[in-house]
Amino acid sequence: MSAANWRNTMNAGAGRALMRNQGQTPISMGEGVGTAVLPGNRGLSLNFGFWRHIGARHVVVLLFVLAYPWFATPFFTFQIGAQSLALGLIALSLTFLGGYGGMISLAQMTVAGIAGYGVAIFGAASAADATISLGWPSWVAVLISIVIATAGAAFIGWLSVRTEGIYTIMITLAVGVAFYYLCLQNYSVFNGFQGFQRVHAPEVFGVNLREPIPFYYLALLCSLAGYFLVKYLLRAPFGIALQGIRDNPRRMHALGFNVTAHRIAAYAVAGVMAAVGGVLLVWYNGLIGPGSVGTSWIINILIIAVLGGMRHPIGAFLGAIVFVLLQTFAIDVLDRERFNLVIGAVFLVIVLFSPDGLLGWWAGLRSKFSTPRGGVR
Amino acid sequence: MIGLPLAAFVVWGLWDNTRLFVITLLNGLTLASLYFIVAAGFTLVFGLMRNVNLAHGSLYLLGGYVGFLVATHTGWFVLALAAGFAVAALVGLAMQVSIFRFMPGEDLRQTLVTIALSIIMADLLLWWLGGTVHQADPPGWLYGPLRDIPLIKAYSKYRLMLLPIGIAIGVALWLFLNRTRLGMMIRAGVDDRAMLSAAGVNVNVLFAITFAIGAGLAGFGGVIGAVELSMAPGEDVRLLLASLIVVIIGGMGSVVGAALGAAILGLAETYGLAYAPTYSVVFTFVILILVLAFRPRGFLGRPA
Repeated sequence: MSAANWRNTMNAGAGRALMRNQGQTPISMGEGVGTAVLPGNRGLSLNFGFWRHIGARHVVVLLFVLAYPWFATPFFTFQIGAQSLALGLIALSLTFLGGYGGMISLAQMTVAGIAGYGVAIFGAASAADATISLGWPSWVAVLISIVIATAGAAFIGWLSVRTEGIYTIMITLAVGVAFYYLCLQNYSVFNGFQGFQRVHAPEVFGVNLREPIPFYYLALLCSLAGYFLVKYLLRAPFGIALQGIRDNPRRMHALGFNVTAHRIAAYAVAGVMAAVGGVLLVWYNGLIGPGSVGTSWIINILIIAVLGGMRHPIGAFLGAIVFVLLQTFAIDVLDRERFNLVIGAVFLVIVLFSPDGLLGWWAGLRSKFSTPRGGVR
Repeated sequence: MIGLPLAAFVVWGLWDNTRLFVITLLNGLTLASLYFIVAAGFTLVFGLMRNVNLAHGSLYLLGGYVGFLVATHTGWFVLALAAGFAVAALVGLAMQVSIFRFMPGEDLRQTLVTIALSIIMADLLLWWLGGTVHQADPPGWLYGPLRDIPLIKAYSKYRLMLLPIGIAIGVALWLFLNRTRLGMMIRAGVDDRAMLSAAGVNVNVLFAITFAIGAGLAGFGGVIGAVELSMAPGEDVRLLLASLIVVIIGGMGSVVGAALGAAILGLAETYGLAYAPTYSVVFTFVILILVLAFRPRGFLGRPA
C-alpha cells in the first residue's frame, strides 16, 4: 500500500501533464500516452481511470479481432485465430510472471496441462478403456480443473520461490518434465502414452462451442479477460508491489512486504490464466496426452512469450500469432519435419539480437525513424 | 526421520526378495554413475560461469551418436569414448567462444540461448540420423554377464564396469580441481570471478576450457549411455532432467554434491521402477520437494 501511495504522489505531476495533453488532442490519445510516459518507468500512468488507457489503436485492434471471423475463412478463424488466442493466453501467464514478477517459470504449460487433463478426466472423453473419465457435466469439470490447476500452480510457486533467479528456470523445468514423465508412465489416472481423445467443447444455450466461430469468440473473450486482468493488476497495489519485488526484493522486504507471499500469489494468478488457456487448448486440439505437456511445448510457450516480448501483455499474443503462422506456413516452404529447426533459429535470432522480442524491435524502429519517444511500456 | 522408513524398507526388501533388492541396488548405482558423469559437467559449467546449459542433454545425445558411429565402424570402444568426449567438447568450446563470451553476466539470456541451441541441435541430430533407436554393443571383453556371483548369480559385466568408471571419473575430477593449477583457478573462479580476473588470470580462456570439459563429460556420458541405455531422440531430455535434479539435490556447482545427488536419484529411480512402476517419477519428485523444502540450496550448495 505504502509503495502505491508513494508512487501516486510522485506521479501526480506527470499525470496532470498527461491529462492536458490528452485534452488537446483527443484523437491521438493512444499516442499521447506513449509520448508522456518516460522510458523504463512502468507504473507511471497509475492514477488515471481505466478508460483513459483506451486509445485509437486499441479500438482498431478490438474492432479487428471482433470482425475477424466474418471475413476470414473457418480455417483461419479456428486454426490461426483461436489457436493463437489459446496459446497466447498461456504465454500471457508467463509474461505476467516473467516480465512483471521476474520469475521465468517453465511450468506454465504444465499448469495448462493439468487443467486440460482435468477436463478430460472429470468430463467426457474417450480413452482406450473408457473407465477413467468420470463424465461429469462440463461446467463442473472445467471449474474443478481450473481450481486444481491453480492450486498446482501455487504449489509450483511455493517450491520455486525458495530459490531465486536462474534457479527458478531449473526447478520449474524439472517440475514440468517430471509431470510429463508421470503422464507417460501412469495408466491408472493419466492413461499413459495414449492420453485422452475426443475431449470436445460442450454446447451452451444451443450454441455448439465446437464450431469455429463460437469457439473463436469464446477464446477471444477469455483472452481479453486475461489481457485486461493483467493490465488492471499491473496498476493495482499488488502489481506495483510485484514489480518492486522484481526490481529489488531486499528493499521491498525491508519496506514490510511479504516477498514470498506476493510471489506465490503471482504464481496463482498466472495459474488461473494458464489453466483457462489449457482448457481452451484441449478443446481446440480435441485430445490431450503426454505430448501436449512434453518439453517441446513447455519450451514453445517460452518461445512465444520471448518472441513477442515480455515488456507488455500484448507481446504474448503477438508472439502466439507469429508462432502459429510459422507453424502453419513455414512447413510449406521447408520440409514438414524441420519446423523445430525453423522455430529454434527464429528463437536464437530473437534472443541474440532483440532480447525484448518483436515489441523491442518495434520500439527500436520507432525511435530510429521518428522523434525520440518512450519505449514499449 | 527419513532414515527410519528407509531402514524399514531395506529390511523389508532384503527379507521379501533378496535377489531383486540387490540387483536393483546394483542397477541404481550403475545408473547413478552415468548420471554423475553427465551432471558433473553440468555443475562444473554452472559453478564457474553461472551458465545453466540447457543444451547439456543435446551434447549428451551428440556424444552418444558419435560414439555409436565410431564404435560400429572401428569396433574400438575406447576410441568411441575419446571421440564422443572430443566432439562434444569441441561443440561446447565453439558455443562458449562464439556466443557466451559476448554476453557475460547475463544469466537469463545465456540460458535462453542454450534452449534455442538445444532445439536446433536436437532437430539436426534427428535430421542426420533419423528417429530410430541406436544401441551400441559393449566391447568384447565386457560383453555378456558375469556369472557365479553370490546372491544374484549373474550380472552384466558392462554395467558392473560402470561403477569403477564413475568412481575413476570422480577421483580424476577431484584431483584435477584440487591438485592442479588450472583446477585451483576454477575453484577460485567459483568463489569470486571478479577477484580472479583482477589477479591476472585470463578468465576467457579459463571459461572456454571449463566449458569444453563440461561439454566433453556430457559427450563421454553419451557414449556410455549409448551402450547402457540406448540413443534416440528424447534421451537428451531425460538426461537433462536427471542433471537438473542431481544438481538441485546435490547443490549447484559442487562436484561432490553431484556425486551425492546422482547416487540418490539413481537409487530412487531404479527402486521406484522395480517396486512401483507407474509412479516411479513421483519418488524422484518427492525427493526434490523434500530437499527444496528443508535445504533450498541442495545438500552441499552454498549461497551464490
